[in-house]
Amino acid sequence: MTVPEEGQQSDGRPVIAEFVGTTKRFGEVLAADRLDLRIRRGEFLSFLGPSGCGKTTALRMLAGLEAPSEGRILIDGQDMGGAPAHARPVNMVFQQYALFPHMTVAENVGYGLRQRRPRMERAEIARRVERALETVRLSGFGPRRIWQMSGGQQQRVALARAIVNEPKMLLLDEPMAALDAKLRGEMQMELLSLQRSLGITFVLVTHDQQEALSMSDRIVIMGQGRIVQTGTPRDLYDRPANRYVAGFVGQANIHEGRVEALAGDGLARVALGGGLSVTVAAPFAVTVGMAVEVAVRPEALRLSSGAADGADAMVAEVLHKTFLGEHIECLLRHEVLGQVQVNVPRQAERSLQGADVGARVHVLWDHGCGLILGRD
Amino acid sequence: MAMSRQGARYLLLGPAGLWYAALLVLPLAVVLVYSFGERAAAGGYAPAFTLAQYANLGSRWTAFQNTLVLAPAGTLAALLIAYPLAYYLAVRVDPKWRTVLLVLVIVPFWTSILIRSYAWIYLLGGRGIPQLLADLGLGDWRLINTPFAVLVGIIYGYLPLMVFPIYVSLEKLDKRLLEAASDLGAPPWRRFVQVTLPLSLPGVATGSMLVFILLMGEYLIPQMLGGGKVFFVGNALVDLFLQSRNWAFGSAMAVTLVATMLVVVTVYMRFLKRIGAARDDVGLM
Repeated sequence: MTVPEEGQQSDGRPVIAEFVGTTKRFGEVLAADRLDLRIRRGEFLSFLGPSGCGKTTALRMLAGLEAPSEGRILIDGQDMGGAPAHARPVNMVFQQYALFPHMTVAENVGYGLRQRRPRMERAEIARRVERALETVRLSGFGPRRIWQMSGGQQQRVALARAIVNEPKMLLLDEPMAALDAKLRGEMQMELLSLQRSLGITFVLVTHDQQEALSMSDRIVIMGQGRIVQTGTPRDLYDRPANRYVAGFVGQANIHEGRVEALAGDGLARVALGGGLSVTVAAPFAVTVGMAVEVAVRPEALRLSSGAADGADAMVAEVLHKTFLGEHIECLLRHEVLGQVQVNVPRQAERSLQGADVGARVHVLWDHGCGLILGRD
Repeated sequence: MAMSRQGARYLLLGPAGLWYAALLVLPLAVVLVYSFGERAAAGGYAPAFTLAQYANLGSRWTAFQNTLVLAPAGTLAALLIAYPLAYYLAVRVDPKWRTVLLVLVIVPFWTSILIRSYAWIYLLGGRGIPQLLADLGLGDWRLINTPFAVLVGIIYGYLPLMVFPIYVSLEKLDKRLLEAASDLGAPPWRRFVQVTLPLSLPGVATGSMLVFILLMGEYLIPQMLGGGKVFFVGNALVDLFLQSRNWAFGSAMAVTLVATMLVVVTVYMRFLKRIGAARDDVGLM
């Protein structure tokens, strides 16, 4: 299939790092399969995917903690070849932080600076360490022991330990996985503002789609060792390339159909069976009669007691309703399509009148909502 | 609740407490009392209160000297040999071979130290290694009944006790700390000195203590490989109690040995704590 390499060169920002056909094998297992990717200077890039998709391997190859089996990695135009981790101009924030338990907070943060040769002056190290601690809002915590710090504080120590070296790229391996939800939200905002103020390229690995969506300039979706789609959060959400992306980023109703007619403006009429046809976007050229998969977001569908103009309607039975705060998740069953999920926002709660479990209601599919997916 | 908790405590500590009281505290008290007594005319102990036995300790100075030189030397040598081995087993070796190799470290324990020491008598004796060296034209060597022989025996006998604590501390060392050190710019050697070594110090401390304390009281190996020429305090004690039957003097010597050991161990622990610089998160024992 063709993967739209969205805006690879489009915004003219220089490339800071590049994967060129980079492959990593662990014995029989293909952890990373011919990765091709350019990381731009100053961007916040996320690798997103389920565990075992190769995202961490990709990050570790950037850091020099794994050597590619094939292909190359370039940082700032230089082939990293066999350059070991300690010789690379990048730093990493490890999952669980990997702070040195036998050193104080300040000693941890200054560790990278103490490795510089020729040696950096002690006073200069102390000054930079203090400034880094200030940046992560831990001024005065320098003499503390690691085990005296809370999880969130340890996270910030790990961050300070990396940024104090002014790396060309900051690599973050699921840095928020060990934090509770509230702290995670705060930390995401802090990371983001830190990235903006430092101007360092951040490369984040995460399995949390919300985290990737809210923080990234671009997201690289990975699956089974391969890059499935690269794009801005909006691109990926609105134009998922295939079923995998549509299902992994946000929720989606995915149905089989056949192209009935081309509607112009990049739209196509697709017959879903049972006399139901919908008008959806066709991100690539389709022909009449082609078998396709169509995806639509649950929040793009509406519930109504009757049909409406500019929308196709199907009648379905309400199976289940779940109150989730900002919206109500409704599961319905359609005779031909099977299960359909509709998320009704609180403002539209009135449309649920009469939509009790077991009732039959109209599901409205506005023209142009949803799109045809590429085949994996 | 409080009563039952109290009861549980006695139940838990009772057996060990009785054991130590009957077989450690009581005998030590007896030895302490004897050390102020005199040799009975026919040998054994005669009650008295005198410091004469302690004043006479100088006559057995060689035993103390041997012990205080060879026990630390043996501990240090065992440490220097055990650390690389433990490092290899914990960090470098292919995990599928690890268990086999660890068992190989223990295998010598399946045979009595007595029998193994006999083997060394042959190896170091006139028809063993010295013969081989002579045949190769490497000169005339006498190995058995020298401090070297005792040292070899000591290292051989106690090496596993040093390997295992170090292995454990290296094995449980979080490998991500090493990756972090590399990532922060430390080349392998510095990474070892700055991260691996300090974090394995608890194992080094445990192993050294274990070996050192046992060596201070060593009897068998100097007896067999030192041939009466290189003897430890332990050998002197056996001599005093069983040959000369001077129990009072023997007791004074035993008390001095225990006191010396306490002092050395305390100093060593202080030293470790110092190089650990308030490193109280890394427990020493």
